[in-house]
Amino acid sequence: MADDLILLNLWSSPFGMRVRIALAEKGLDYELIEEDLSNKSPLLLKMNPVRKQIPVLIHKGRPICESLIIVQYIDEVWRHKSPLLPSDPYARAKSRFWADYVDKNIYAIGKLVWGATGEIQEAAKKELIEWFKVLEGEVGDKPYFGGDSFGIVDVALIPFYSWFYAVETCGNFSIVAECPKLVSWAKRCMERESVSKSLPDQYKMYCFLLELKTKFQAQ
Amino acid sequence: MAEVKVIGSSASLFCLRVEWALKFKGVEYEYLEEDLRNKSPMLLKYNPVYKKIPVLLHHDKSIPESLVILDYVEETWKDNPLMPEDPYEKATARFWAKFADEKCIFGAWGACRAEGEEKEKAIESAIESFKFLEKQIEGKKFFSGEQIGYLDLVLGWIPIYLNVMEEVGDMKLVGAERFPLLHEWSQNFIETPLIKECSPARDKLVNYFTASLSYLRSLETKKQ
Repeated sequence: MADDLILLNLWSSPFGMRVRIALAEKGLDYELIEEDLSNKSPLLLKMNPVRKQIPVLIHKGRPICESLIIVQYIDEVWRHKSPLLPSDPYARAKSRFWADYVDKNIYAIGKLVWGATGEIQEAAKKELIEWFKVLEGEVGDKPYFGGDSFGIVDVALIPFYSWFYAVETCGNFSIVAECPKLVSWAKRCMERESVSKSLPDQYKMYCFLLELKTKFQAQ
Repeated sequence: MAEVKVIGSSASLFCLRVEWALKFKGVEYEYLEEDLRNKSPMLLKYNPVYKKIPVLLHHDKSIPESLVILDYVEETWKDNPLMPEDPYEKATARFWAKFADEKCIFGAWGACRAEGEEKEKAIESAIESFKFLEKQIEGKKFFSGEQIGYLDLVLGWIPIYLNVMEEVGDMKLVGAERFPLLHEWSQNFIETPLIKECSPARDKLVNYFTASLSYLRSLETKKQ
């Protein structure tokens, strides 16, 4: 492999999608290994013994874990093409802040919207809409969160677009009605090949998440 | 008017790491103490999203979130670099910083707050997290190597706050016998002059954590 890269991944993971988008933005070749999380490979356990999670990027035999840390690593090593962070320290700080915001808030709450029922689901829905509105306020009318250039905040958030059909259907609400600018931003990102090739179809994701939901409820 | 200000709380370990970073870089700053029970318009203006400390103010720019601030400080003031230059080592330091913040700080605080059977489980889980740190310091004086660096500042709460949490939470997590390497690193770390200079007094922290714990427990009682 020209760039000596392996990605341990799961097709449905928004965190894995982030890394795939970053690698594609940089035009990098890599070997994609799909993990079965119910039967983790010896390679995954060796490369991420602490968290035993995907994604893991293995570069020249050395593992890098945690999706946003991987994205920053990719950006630093292959700095010359499609930078994902601006060069000004304050602009970088703002990007890191918003990427971290997405990391801290969207996954856990989104999961409750498609995964839970009743009061818990309702409360999660309200919170998710709130978080989305904050993000919508931040992107505004700009093409991307960082302005004209696609960057780490977009990479952090856009994978959750693959959840939109699932959260809307399970939560019984319309994201475009609540946050039209956020949806415009998402569609703009989807026009990039790096994104459209890294995100699964929303309906496929919905079916998969429903299966997971049924499994959790049965347990 | 000071070029750099830190809006913080003197009991906060997240603020402390920011102050340490600024001191290591030789950056002068003005410290503004925030009353967290009565948040100032200034805090609400400069951190409208989370309304939390620390916030770094640099001229008219505001940066919240301690790890984001550390990156900003590193990239703005280039003397005395705290981060490794090599991207892989940098990624490794970031990984451990995130792990420690998520698993060790909240693990320890969770164990401190928990009671009964839950407490036992929380203590066990927290100890497992600290074991990873013990392994990481093996063969090194500091997490960053021969000298204090980014990861030491991020983990620097351990020698100062952990023992307080243990006392207030009536538990034992990290002792010299169980974690000799972490203990040795802790001694080396707190003996460093710059660190000693701005570490909070122990009794102040004991009071703060005792009060926080009572407050949280009273909220839980009210809910029942």
